[in-house]
Amino acid sequence: MNEEKKYWLDERRNVNKVIYGLYTVCAVVGLIDLFPYKHHLHFRFEYWPGFFSLYGFIACFGLVLAAKQLRKIVMRDEDYYD
Amino acid sequence: MIDALPPGLILILGGLLIPLLRGRAQAIAAVILPVLGFAQLLMLEPGSFFHLQLFDYQLTVVRVDRLSLVFGYIFHIAAFLTAVYALNVRDGVQHCSAMVYVGSAVGAVFAGDLITLFIYWELTAVTSVFLIWASRTERAFRAGMRYLIIQVGSGVVLLAGVIFHVSATGSLDFDQLIGADGLLRSASVGVVLIFVAFGIKCAFPLLHPWLQDSYPESTPTGTVFLSIFTTKLAIYALARGFPGTDCLIWIGATMTAFPIFFAVIENDLRRVLTYSLNNQLGFMVLGIGIGTKMALNGAVSYAFANIIFEGLLFMAMGAVLLRTGTCKGSELGGLYKSMPLTTAFCMVGAASISAFPFLSGFVTKSMILDETAAGGHTIAWLVLLFASAGVFHHSGIKIPFFAFFAHDAGFRVKEAPRPMLVAMAAMALGCVLIGVFPGLLYSILPFSVDYHPYTTTHVVTQYQLLLFSALAFTVLKVTGIYPAEMRSINLDVDWVYRKALPAMIRSIARLGGRIGERLYGVVSAQLDWAYRVIYRLHGPTGVFARTWNTGAIAFWAVMGLFGFLLLYLWGR
Repeated sequence: MNEEKKYWLDERRNVNKVIYGLYTVCAVVGLIDLFPYKHHLHFRFEYWPGFFSLYGFIACFGLVLAAKQLRKIVMRDEDYYD
Repeated sequence: MIDALPPGLILILGGLLIPLLRGRAQAIAAVILPVLGFAQLLMLEPGSFFHLQLFDYQLTVVRVDRLSLVFGYIFHIAAFLTAVYALNVRDGVQHCSAMVYVGSAVGAVFAGDLITLFIYWELTAVTSVFLIWASRTERAFRAGMRYLIIQVGSGVVLLAGVIFHVSATGSLDFDQLIGADGLLRSASVGVVLIFVAFGIKCAFPLLHPWLQDSYPESTPTGTVFLSIFTTKLAIYALARGFPGTDCLIWIGATMTAFPIFFAVIENDLRRVLTYSLNNQLGFMVLGIGIGTKMALNGAVSYAFANIIFEGLLFMAMGAVLLRTGTCKGSELGGLYKSMPLTTAFCMVGAASISAFPFLSGFVTKSMILDETAAGGHTIAWLVLLFASAGVFHHSGIKIPFFAFFAHDAGFRVKEAPRPMLVAMAAMALGCVLIGVFPGLLYSILPFSVDYHPYTTTHVVTQYQLLLFSALAFTVLKVTGIYPAEMRSINLDVDWVYRKALPAMIRSIARLGGRIGERLYGVVSAQLDWAYRVIYRLHGPTGVFARTWNTGAIAFWAVMGLFGFLLLYLWGR
C-alpha cells in the first residue's frame, strides 16, 4: 500500500487550483453581462445584468440552507422503520 | 411475420421463455429481444391495428402514431442498453421480469383504447415488483409489497375511471380526455379518476413516495430498469390524454421544486436519484400542462433525453453499489481512483441532467422553459429556473462529488465490469450525440420542430446559472456550512402509511378493545337481569310454570257465561 499512486487531487494545492479556477471562470462568465448580448428573452428582468448568475447562486445557497432546516424536522435514524 | 404481433409482445413472450434457458444464455436473450422489438417498430406503419370486439365495444390494441413511436423507440433502446448493463447478472427472475415489464410498457404506449391500456398498466406493476424483490432482503420484500399495492391501486383507479368514462360517453378510445378548456374541474368523474391513476404512476406531489421508497431497494441493475419505464409510461399517458390541462402547470412546478430539498439531505445516493427523477418528471408534467405543440415536443424530448442520462446515473451508482456494497454518501468517496471510467461516464450523465450546453438536457429542457416564459407563466418559470439550479446541485454535483471525490473513503475496488462500462459508454455517447446534433431527436418528435437551442444568449445565460450554482456549492463547502452526509433516513409522505396509519389502527384497535370490554360489561349485566326476570316468571317456581287443574278452568268458564246471561237479561 505504501507505493500507492499519488493522485493529482490528493494535493491540497491542486484542489485549491480547481477552486480558484472556478472563481475565475465565474468572474469571466458573470462579467459578460456588461455587454449587451441578450436577445429574444421573454421577461424584462432577464435582461438585468447578472440576473442568471445571481439567481443561480442565491437559489443554491438558499436551497442548502433550507434543506439544513428541513433535516431538523425529517431526519431519523436509519433503523427508524425497522 | 414480425409485424403480425402487437408491439411489446415479442418482449413479453420472449421474456416468458427466458426461464427455459440456462446460465449466460438468459442474459444474452434479454439483449436480443429489444433488438427484435426495435426491428419490428421500424416496420410499423402509422394507423390502428388489431381491432377486437369486447361485448358492444371495439378494442384497438395497436395505435401507431408519432407520439407512441418516440416512446417505443426509446423504450427499446433503453431496454437494450440496460440488458447489456445486466449481462453479468445470473438471475433468470430478473431477466424474465425485466423483459415482460418492458414489453408491457411498450404495449401500453401503443394501446389505442383504455381497456388495453389498463391491462398493460397492471402488467407493468405486477412484473416490475419482481425486480424489487430480486434483492432478496426483508427490506426489499416489504418495499416491494408497498410498491405493488400502490401500483395495482393505480390500476384499479384507472379501471374505475374507464368504467365511468365509458358509461358516460360510450367511447373506449384513448385519445385526449381533457376538454378543450383544459380544466379538470369541468371534467367528468371518469376523466378525473383516470387523471389520478396517471398521477400516481407519475409520482405527483403527495402521491410520490412509492418511488423513493421502492426503487432504491432493488438490485443494481433492477433499479436502472425501474427508473426508465413506469414513470415515463405515465408521462406518455398524460401527454396523450391530458395535454394543456391547466392544473398540470402547478403540479409540475411543485414536482420540480420540492424533491430537491430532500435530495440535498438524502444519504443514499440511489435515493437521491429517485428524488432527482421525481424533479425531472415535474419538468415534463409542466410541459404537458402548457400543452402547446412546442411544449409537448419539449416534454416528450425531455422524457427521451432523461431516460438516457438518468439511466446513466443510475447505472453509475449501480456499478458503485456492486463494487463497494454501499451507495451511501457517508461511506463513499475517492472512488475516481479505482473506478475512473465509471467516474467519467457518471460526470457526462451529471452534466447532461444539469443541462450543460452541448449535452442532451440542454437542447430538450430549454423548449419547456421557453414555452413557459412565452405563455407568460412568470412564477412557474422562476420555479423551473430554481429547480434547474437545484438539479445541478444534487444530481450534477452531489452525486459525482460524494461518490467519486470528497474525502477518500479508502475503497480500492475493481473498475465496473466490462458490460456495465460498455452500456454506460453508449449512454454517455447518446447524451453527447443528442446535445451536439439535436436535429436527430427533433426529427422524431410528435410535431415539427422550429427551435434553435444554440443562441449566444441561451448558452451564456445557462453557463451563468450553472457556474454560479457550482460557486454556491463551493462556497458552502469551503466555509463548512454544507451539511455533511450522515447515516440517516428522512421522513417523507410514506411516513403516513408506514408509521402514522399503522399506529392509528393499533390505537383504534386498543380503544375498540376497551370500548368492547365496557360494552360487554353493560350488555352482560342487562342480559343477566333479563335472564333473572325470565327465570322468576318461567322458572320451576315461576307463575307461568304452575299447572292449573281443569276443574278451576271449568269453574271460571261457567262464571263467564253466567255473567254474560246477567248482562243479557238486564239489557232487555
